[in-house]
Amino acid sequence: MTQIKMHLLVCGGTGCRSSHSELVAKALNESLANHGLDAEAKVVSTGCFGFCEKGPIVKVVPDNTFYVQVNPDDAEEIVKEHVLKGRKVQRLLYLDPEKEKTVSDDRHMTFYKKQIRIALRNCGFIDPENIDEYIARDGYSALAKCLTEFTPQQVIDIIKKSGLRGRGGGGFPTGLKWEITSRVQADQKYVICNADEGDPGAFMDRSILEGDPHSVIEAMAINGYCTGASKGLVYIRAEYPLAIKRLQIAIDQARKYGLLGENIFGTGFNFDIELRYGAGAFVCGEETALIHSMEGKRGEPTFKPPFPSEHGYLGKPSNVNNVETYANVPVIILKGPEWFASIGTEKSKGTKVFALAGKVNNVGLIEVPMGITLREVIFEIGGGIKGGKEFKAVQTGGPSGGCLTARHLDTPIDYDNLLAAGSMMGSGGMIVMDEDDCMVSIAKFYLEFTVEESCGKCSPCRIGNKRLHEILEKICKGEGTMEDLEKLKNLSQVIKDTSLCGLGQTSPNPVLSTLENFWDEYVEHVVDKKCRAGVCKSLMKYTIDQEACVGCTACARACPVNAISGERKQPHTINQSICIKCGACMEKCKFNAVLLQ
Amino acid sequence: MSQIKSLDDLKKIKEAVQQKIQLREKSLDPEKVVQIKVGMATSGIASGAREVMAFLIEELEKRNIEAVVTQVGDMGYCYAEPTIEVTLPGKEPVVFGNVDTKKADEIIEKYIKNGELIDGILPANYHTI
Amino acid sequence: METVKFTIDKKTIEVEKGTTVLNAAKKAGIDIPSLCYFSLDGMKIENKPGGCRVCVVEVEGRRNLAPACATEVTDGMVVRTNSMRVLNARRTVLELILSDHPFDCLVCAKSGNCELQSLAHRMGVREIPYQGAQSTYRKDTSPSIIRDVDKCIMCRRCEMMCNDVQTVGALSAINRGFMAVVAPAFEMNLEKSPCTYCGQCVAVCPTGALTEVDHTRDVISALADPTKTVIVQTAPAVRAALGEEFGLEPGTLVTGKMVTALRELGFDYVFDTDFAADLTIMEEGTELLDRLSRYLNGDKSIKLPILTSCCPAWVNFFEHNFPELKDVPSTARSPQQMFGSIAKSYFAKKLGIDRKDLVVVSIMPCLAKKYECQRDEFKVDGNPDVDFSISTRELANLIKLANIDFNSLPDGDFDHPLGESTGAGVIFGTTGGVIEAAVRTAYELHTKKPLPKITFEELRGLEGLRSATIDFDGLKLNIGIAHGLGNARKLLEDVRDGKSQFHAIEIMACPGGCIGGGGQPLHHGDASILRARQKAIYQEDANKPIRKSHENPYIIKLYEEFLGKPLSEKSHHLLHTHYFDKSTQIIVE
Repeated sequence: MTQIKMHLLVCGGTGCRSSHSELVAKALNESLANHGLDAEAKVVSTGCFGFCEKGPIVKVVPDNTFYVQVNPDDAEEIVKEHVLKGRKVQRLLYLDPEKEKTVSDDRHMTFYKKQIRIALRNCGFIDPENIDEYIARDGYSALAKCLTEFTPQQVIDIIKKSGLRGRGGGGFPTGLKWEITSRVQADQKYVICNADEGDPGAFMDRSILEGDPHSVIEAMAINGYCTGASKGLVYIRAEYPLAIKRLQIAIDQARKYGLLGENIFGTGFNFDIELRYGAGAFVCGEETALIHSMEGKRGEPTFKPPFPSEHGYLGKPSNVNNVETYANVPVIILKGPEWFASIGTEKSKGTKVFALAGKVNNVGLIEVPMGITLREVIFEIGGGIKGGKEFKAVQTGGPSGGCLTARHLDTPIDYDNLLAAGSMMGSGGMIVMDEDDCMVSIAKFYLEFTVEESCGKCSPCRIGNKRLHEILEKICKGEGTMEDLEKLKNLSQVIKDTSLCGLGQTSPNPVLSTLENFWDEYVEHVVDKKCRAGVCKSLMKYTIDQEACVGCTACARACPVNAISGERKQPHTINQSICIKCGACMEKCKFNAVLLQ
Repeated sequence: MSQIKSLDDLKKIKEAVQQKIQLREKSLDPEKVVQIKVGMATSGIASGAREVMAFLIEELEKRNIEAVVTQVGDMGYCYAEPTIEVTLPGKEPVVFGNVDTKKADEIIEKYIKNGELIDGILPANYHTI
Repeated sequence: METVKFTIDKKTIEVEKGTTVLNAAKKAGIDIPSLCYFSLDGMKIENKPGGCRVCVVEVEGRRNLAPACATEVTDGMVVRTNSMRVLNARRTVLELILSDHPFDCLVCAKSGNCELQSLAHRMGVREIPYQGAQSTYRKDTSPSIIRDVDKCIMCRRCEMMCNDVQTVGALSAINRGFMAVVAPAFEMNLEKSPCTYCGQCVAVCPTGALTEVDHTRDVISALADPTKTVIVQTAPAVRAALGEEFGLEPGTLVTGKMVTALRELGFDYVFDTDFAADLTIMEEGTELLDRLSRYLNGDKSIKLPILTSCCPAWVNFFEHNFPELKDVPSTARSPQQMFGSIAKSYFAKKLGIDRKDLVVVSIMPCLAKKYECQRDEFKVDGNPDVDFSISTRELANLIKLANIDFNSLPDGDFDHPLGESTGAGVIFGTTGGVIEAAVRTAYELHTKKPLPKITFEELRGLEGLRSATIDFDGLKLNIGIAHGLGNARKLLEDVRDGKSQFHAIEIMACPGGCIGGGGQPLHHGDASILRARQKAIYQEDANKPIRKSHENPYIIKLYEEFLGKPLSEKSHHLLHTHYFDKSTQIIVE
């Protein structure tokens, strides 16, 4: 029998699949077969590696070769050179932009160096559609251990001791939540997994469900054991078809093995999981809204108390945790709460997964220990700002987070520090902005999102956010007044202070944090009618330098609205009343005669 | 698929499937186990490197030695192919030349198991890839 | 009773555990303004979505402000209801709500009776600093109710009434964010929804988003038309509530003033729906006895219980929701329609005029009556038996419009022959009344003995579901009573499933019966008003010299002169009806 000597791990996450990683896997398989190597090397479709910037990723083990941006056409070369002859395909290796040399081993890439992968431990490592691979990675051992060695309270104590806090944004101590649910008496309880990830650009939960669905299933079963629930429900966005597919496969496999169902591990413990699809409303990430949605009611929050732990799904006590929170649980059981608590800061233990996006070189999914600084994340893991531009701000916590600036770069990231700085952990969105971003427009962008996603139940969120957005629009158009800035402040405060749920209570954060950190920029928009980033078109004016213009007519020909006139070889002019400020003239001008004011 | 009804059942399945991902497990931290690189350029293949590699993988497992066997391109010792580089945890890499299965067996038994230096070591003249 | 002690605006008081800050504050003499919150004490009707955020208060140790309506008092809690922070937040929230509300107070149907307007007045709002886009929607007019949801403030009271209390499910919140509004599914017209026109949504709407279709102009035109003889009938519950519109204490009976006012308005004859209520009892009571005796004699084709049919919203409800049971309710028309039918046949003949020249106006506590009188089966050659049905509120407006000083009017008497009624007809106005009136007559008709006592306390009250067993001289009759369609649904489900033990059931769509109808003066959530109206109805009954329908001399005369006997062919033709399956009427356009 020929030994498998090599695994080719192909990323099967949604990101890489959208750039045809499935075809890469197929081509690799074909090529291996053509060369008679299919008995020696095996292609494995895994979950996300996180380095989405450079996808599709193919990682070869055991020699740890990390290929980036692999095309199906590259498969033949990888097989012929690497699999057959042991020669790494240099052109497909990651090029470290700073050192200007290739790095083949991902462990030596700056993107991965500072990461600690706990929740993502199996993502990019195992085949998520194969339960055996999860079991080989100690999967379901934590559940077995809980059921056979610990009482529910002991498990709860372990989670409490680990210091794990809710990763969905709230940061509520997970163990405490479990304990509260466990203490409520009821004939039926529910374990709910919140997979209604809705932050723009965030895909932490999706990646976990796509890459390691069993870890969530196992943790939910453990929670069922602790709280006395026999039924689990995963509320997942219907827009996550791959995650749904993999989760369903995983549930089916777990049932076949008897890891879900009745009398699990022969202990008399019964637990099973069903999927519930959400239509992707952001507000349904709020636990009471989520529960209403699952009950077939309008997805809108209700006042707490009562909390779901007392009065949840169908009025029964329900423990709601987010995907990432669950994904941490099995490891904590196996490695112990002390190990987990040794990572992170005093009040925020363990790691956090972030979807790093925006103007950084390395966009992707990262998992970092709590306490890492924003600087490390942005400039080391993220590889710094794209195009060598100036860092301006970083937005954490999704649409309801705040924008932090250069002076916050050395703040260690944890729940409390981010809150103190005027932002929040949120579920882990992290968007980096550079000098080309207008902070008023950024605030407006986020408000646009919350206006769209507000359920409309309470007046401050329904109407207040709309008014905030209108005022921001007015400012971006150059029609704002200093009084408007005062209105923004008061309105933001009142919306935060009076809204019914977390959405409204945090939606003004982008406004408040930009007002606080970028006051000058607001004043510029209002008083000087200027947008320094050149984003607010109404505040911009293209003119032609009469001295520099040679009358080549290139700009006039490029103008889509015929706003530029002038005789050939004579200086041209722009009719401001026609100009739509598209910038085409500026791009075309070879003499730097088009000016932007 | 049989049902898992006890912790032992789970352990059994785990043992049975462990091998499926062993290559990957070891690659997480290869420095902790024996690392063997087999020169696998054209000259290496021609002189029997593939057989040596297969032998090493099979035998190391049989003899319960945790090791990562990878292949590399031309090592630059065409005169002494097949060549393999063995790195014991915490030690400098050592390159052996003219390795056949018999030699490989000796390397396992003497160098890998006991750290004994044996004939056939080549002077290092390249940087580990 | 477990109590908690807390401090509110520096006053320390003790309240029952579980009391909300809003209610606890009332006990401390502090009236925290609220808007979406609504309750009818003791009737299990409460709306506290915590949505408007007007009632926010400061709770020590809490990060944000708390809605007083939804926050329960805890031991040692310290609450401030008038701090700068609270006042600013409350005002800003109200300004926001106003910024998305039309400014047409001057011409709004709710002007002067609008809770939003009162709140703006109370808080002294003089300008709206946060102006911007307003959410606008299509206006929707049905036979009974007008929806102008530009004025909807998402208090969700109507939704609570329609879904939780009535289980009709015609209205619910749709859209999200700024465009969120309460509407029928798919923003269909109300007419295409399972709406029963009970009008409870209108009764609780704090603004002008839901109002009745106003027919006062039609009535004025008819009165002004010299070619028409215009007669009016007044429903029993109207006299117990109309006074409220003129500042009289709830529960003040204004029967005499009402009659005088109607006469001053120019109606040619002022009649009473109570007369028709007595007629209803004759028909329905006889039908009950007929069905009952055939049932007891083993006739398998007979279905029991018999269900009352005088409430048009209830009729709509079972036509939509229980079409398979449409043979169960009594076939007797409602008093309004019996009146119309008799007026346009018997009375028109008496007057010697064509039915087309006789205009019948009804004054109803009800909005569904507007729809009922437009039903095709209640028309002869396209001419409706009842031309216009106006609500108690509309009547008050008419009286005000005509410069009539209502409170100083002398008492007047109804005209004959259709104005004479008994106490049995009067109690139709409250839950339990129809069945009590029926029992009074059926008992005597069945046993041929006089009633030992005229009142049946066991049938009275405001409990949503009630039952009693009445001894008909050996025959024990099980009576069920439901008011509120949600309660009716429970009884109906039992009937459908063959589990009902009742022989007869009275159902009224509105909580409290007609006294709480959708066309009554707005009670703004004060349940004591309903109790006062109920008391007044029973008072009117007690005051009546004749209290049994079959003893009404004009009813006896009507049968002698015109109808023959109850359930006669003429009765069937003029006083009975049939029902339709409307379960498939809901069409998605």
